[in-house]
Amino acid sequence: MNRKIIDLWVGIFVAIGLAALVFLALKVGNLLTTSEQRTGYQLEARFDNIGNLKPRAPVKSAGVVVGRVESIGLDDKTYEGVARLHIYSHHQFPRDTIAAIFTSGLLGEQFVGLEAGGDSVMLKDEDRIRKTQSAVQLEKLISQFMFSKAQETPASAPGAVPTPAPSAASPAAPPAVTPGAKP
Amino acid sequence: MSAPEPIIARVLSRLGAATLDAIARLGFATRFFIAMVKQSGTAFSRPQLIAREIYQAGVLSLIIVLMSGLFVGMVLALQGYETLVRFGATESMGVLVALSLVRELGPVVAGLLFASRAGSAMTAEIGLMKTTEQLAAMEVMAVDPIARVVAPRFWGGVISLPLLAALFSTLGIYGGYLVGVRLIGIDVGAFWGQMQAAVDWRYDVLNGVIKSIVFAFAVSLIAVFEGYDAKPTAEGVSAATTRTVVTSALAILALDFVLTVFMFRGGPH
Repeated sequence: MNRKIIDLWVGIFVAIGLAALVFLALKVGNLLTTSEQRTGYQLEARFDNIGNLKPRAPVKSAGVVVGRVESIGLDDKTYEGVARLHIYSHHQFPRDTIAAIFTSGLLGEQFVGLEAGGDSVMLKDEDRIRKTQSAVQLEKLISQFMFSKAQETPASAPGAVPTPAPSAASPAAPPAVTPGAKP
Repeated sequence: MSAPEPIIARVLSRLGAATLDAIARLGFATRFFIAMVKQSGTAFSRPQLIAREIYQAGVLSLIIVLMSGLFVGMVLALQGYETLVRFGATESMGVLVALSLVRELGPVVAGLLFASRAGSAMTAEIGLMKTTEQLAAMEVMAVDPIARVVAPRFWGGVISLPLLAALFSTLGIYGGYLVGVRLIGIDVGAFWGQMQAAVDWRYDVLNGVIKSIVFAFAVSLIAVFEGYDAKPTAEGVSAATTRTVVTSALAILALDFVLTVFMFRGGPH
């Protein structure tokens, strides 16, 4: 094979190989927008519970992505979860903005939602968002619900269902109807 | 009681000899690698030599790598659809296809294909040169065969494989697009948009490229070393070629595990 043809083929190969790398970085990995959005400022938000929030989770305001969660840590003194937020520089938020942790969908990933307030002073780099709302824990909700249900059953029971056994409606009924009253 | 001892002694001594052989081979491979890196300056001062090897290892592997990438991407999309449709998450197919290709399948499968297509050819070529005493003849002519024959092949392989892996991933994503968007009918915007939102260029793409570079070094080194170390007989060359493919495959998969542990352990930071 002639030297020039080999060079030609090698040139083509290297060119399309590099084009593939560029494609992966730009079109698949979205390098352009990340470099555009790399400039920004840092905010800090403290939550009693950050739930399943992960680094790089989106920060949204009115559903629009305005930044990313940079890192997550624990304050050793107050035992609060500290989320550092990276907000893209062209978005400004008032000082009384509320940060809350939401879940997208029922099983989706968690993100930080920013709800802008009405203050005329804007948050600056390294500021802290004062008003925060923790992640909703499904287990807590369920246990609260169960607890409140368990509490209201004895309150409504005396009127509706005859709990004491001597009412003698039928011998089989009491254990089936009031299993909670047995102990 | 005197009879079993010689057998045990023989087994032990054979085991010991095999172990020592393996360690000595590793030492020789290291010495060989250092010699090759030392001689690489000569190879790079004559880029024509490396260009020829990129042609042999890279350009001639293009068809198989591109076709495999396309088909792997298409199969990923079909299989991914089967699972995703149960959760009503077919829009995430772009993410599934892109992440599996960029992080794992691109570097690994391209590396395996490269080892069997180009690595084996390198081993056979160098082994045959050794068998026909061309390497010895070069030494007689005061030409270092490591500089003239081995190093260009090594660097040709090192340059080719990352490019092939990138092409594999690209074609795979295109194959996923063909099946997902054109055949199944997933929304085009969701396919690309979700992919772009989920794939991080540094965490996913760059780590995939690093993987392919590591595999390129491993496979190329194994290929040229097995060729250089082959027994100068027809059987020796054929055994060395087989060893190249087997060792490369094992090395790629083991290195992949190690690299994945380091790269993708804690999620993106």
